[in-house]
Amino acid sequence: MRFLISLIATSLVVGGLFLFGTKLLNHSSNAEKDVLYVYNWGEYIDPELIKQFTEETGIRVVYETYDSNEAMLVKIKQKQRYDVVFPSEYTVEKMKKEGLLIPIDHSKIPNIKNIDESFLDLPFDPGNEYSLPYFFGTVGILYNPETTQGIDFSSWESLYDETLVNNVLLIDGARETIGFALNSEGYSLNSIDKYELKQAERKLESLSPNVRGIVGDEISSMMRENEAKAAVVWSGMAMDIMYENEELQYVIPEEGTNLWFDTMAIPKSAKNIDGAHQFINFLLEKDVALQNTDWVGYATPNKAAFEALDEEVKSAKEFYPDKETMATLEVYRDLGPKWTEYYNELLLEFKMSLD
Amino acid sequence: MKRVLAIPYLLWMVVFVILPISFMIYYSFNDMSGNLTLQNYAEFLSSNYLKMTLNSFWYAFLITVITLLISYPLALVISRLKHKTFWLLIIIIPTWINILLKTYAFIGILGINGVVNTIFETIGLTQIQLLFSDFAFITVAVYIFIPFMVLPIFNSINGINKNLISASYDLGASKWETLTRVIFPLSLEGVKSGIQITFIPALSLFMLSRLVAGNKVVTLGTAIEQQFLINENWGMGSTVGVFLILFMVFVMLATRTKKESV
Repeated sequence: MRFLISLIATSLVVGGLFLFGTKLLNHSSNAEKDVLYVYNWGEYIDPELIKQFTEETGIRVVYETYDSNEAMLVKIKQKQRYDVVFPSEYTVEKMKKEGLLIPIDHSKIPNIKNIDESFLDLPFDPGNEYSLPYFFGTVGILYNPETTQGIDFSSWESLYDETLVNNVLLIDGARETIGFALNSEGYSLNSIDKYELKQAERKLESLSPNVRGIVGDEISSMMRENEAKAAVVWSGMAMDIMYENEELQYVIPEEGTNLWFDTMAIPKSAKNIDGAHQFINFLLEKDVALQNTDWVGYATPNKAAFEALDEEVKSAKEFYPDKETMATLEVYRDLGPKWTEYYNELLLEFKMSLD
Repeated sequence: MKRVLAIPYLLWMVVFVILPISFMIYYSFNDMSGNLTLQNYAEFLSSNYLKMTLNSFWYAFLITVITLLISYPLALVISRLKHKTFWLLIIIIPTWINILLKTYAFIGILGINGVVNTIFETIGLTQIQLLFSDFAFITVAVYIFIPFMVLPIFNSINGINKNLISASYDLGASKWETLTRVIFPLSLEGVKSGIQITFIPALSLFMLSRLVAGNKVVTLGTAIEQQFLINENWGMGSTVGVFLILFMVFVMLATRTKKESV
């Protein structure tokens, strides 16, 4: 009994100390105002630009990186201080609903004029009240024309080709993987119809003989080494891989696919809101955006920067889709916890059907 | 005095064992909006999770059996060698390397242009896709667990009184009989702890199932990762965790050693 009491007492004391300790730590880090806490995806900004920003404004940048929207979200919910974050579009919608974002004051960001209008005022954030696009891209098929002899991958159906047995890599993400199956059945990527979703899952199961694996960043190294013949990937990832393995090609299938955005936003936990606006405006400057696009290699929604890009890059339709293709693309909406879970359940079912 | 010495250990136990487990049990009764519910448990007992549990058990069982079949003779041989500690060191050294690094090394070894396939090609065999298969999953898992299985077995074999073995020979037992009727029963304690050390972690090897098996092998670890990181359903993730603990308790009881039960 004594043991139990001392156990409970110590746990209370320790718990209390922890709570107190974190409070203290939070306070001390708030003091500085000429500092900007930037929280971005890994390898997603030219480090030179951060230096340049500090030189121009005198604001010191503390730069940290994350590898998933969910990881970033957890930190913001724990009220960790960040002044600028780069959520993907469906996360913007979610953060908006949960009141985790601060509205952007457009008058402080004159460089909004540089953004291509077709990337503004989209359903996930009408009027760009909370976010501005940073980079954009699609989900498509990356393949090796030499080993896939003659398949042109203009359709999602090409993945089902008999010659691709055990040679197709998929993304370990429910929205992407269930998404392309929905697309190939002609349904919306944001479907919340159990019948349609079930059908998509069954469609995926019929792909299982061709599936090599369902992975994440490993796709990069595997495609680089020609470990698999084709993979469903994000366009940004495709660009990176193609840079190192020039044999590969990327296509946007004609049934349509996802159009994604990574955006710039100011989270509720921000302390230097003025600095955050300055930073966002800085990144939208023509020359800065151009240099950043060159370094990151993803597609920029910045019209002024796009026009200054090399002719070769500009004309690559698979990365800067034309109006016609654009019309077939669809942006993810936040489906809420219930449907997100259902999508993931279907993905798990699909994984279990593989052998 | 005694009590003062116990304080750091007590603290350790409270902070790193008792608190986390209580949190987990508490969360397992929560739904996504934080209400108390038994829904998670009902869902676990539905078909998908049961299937996953069976899957996990099956792979953990295969991994343990194969690891044991390799490790027992190995421990036996090492216990007979002249430089025991040296050979033991050789077995242990791989555990000094981070598991993730070893796993990535295996991706290179088993890949289509990897070492294994290059050897296959030079001796005239066709290339095969080793990576992302059950075979790769089990091979890598067995490789990782061998040192942990060898050590306890070696210790108990090494601790057997040599006179008992001599007596067995003197009384006319053959080598095989000595092994099966004297050495093996006496080293059973080591085998049991080896099984515990292997089987339990093998139930939730989510990192391997993704990196080496390309998510074609789905274990309970995969489900936990998904519930926590993607669905943000901490309740369901904790429920799976609670069941894993229950399974582990079950395994511990099944392989309980005599000394403990007295």
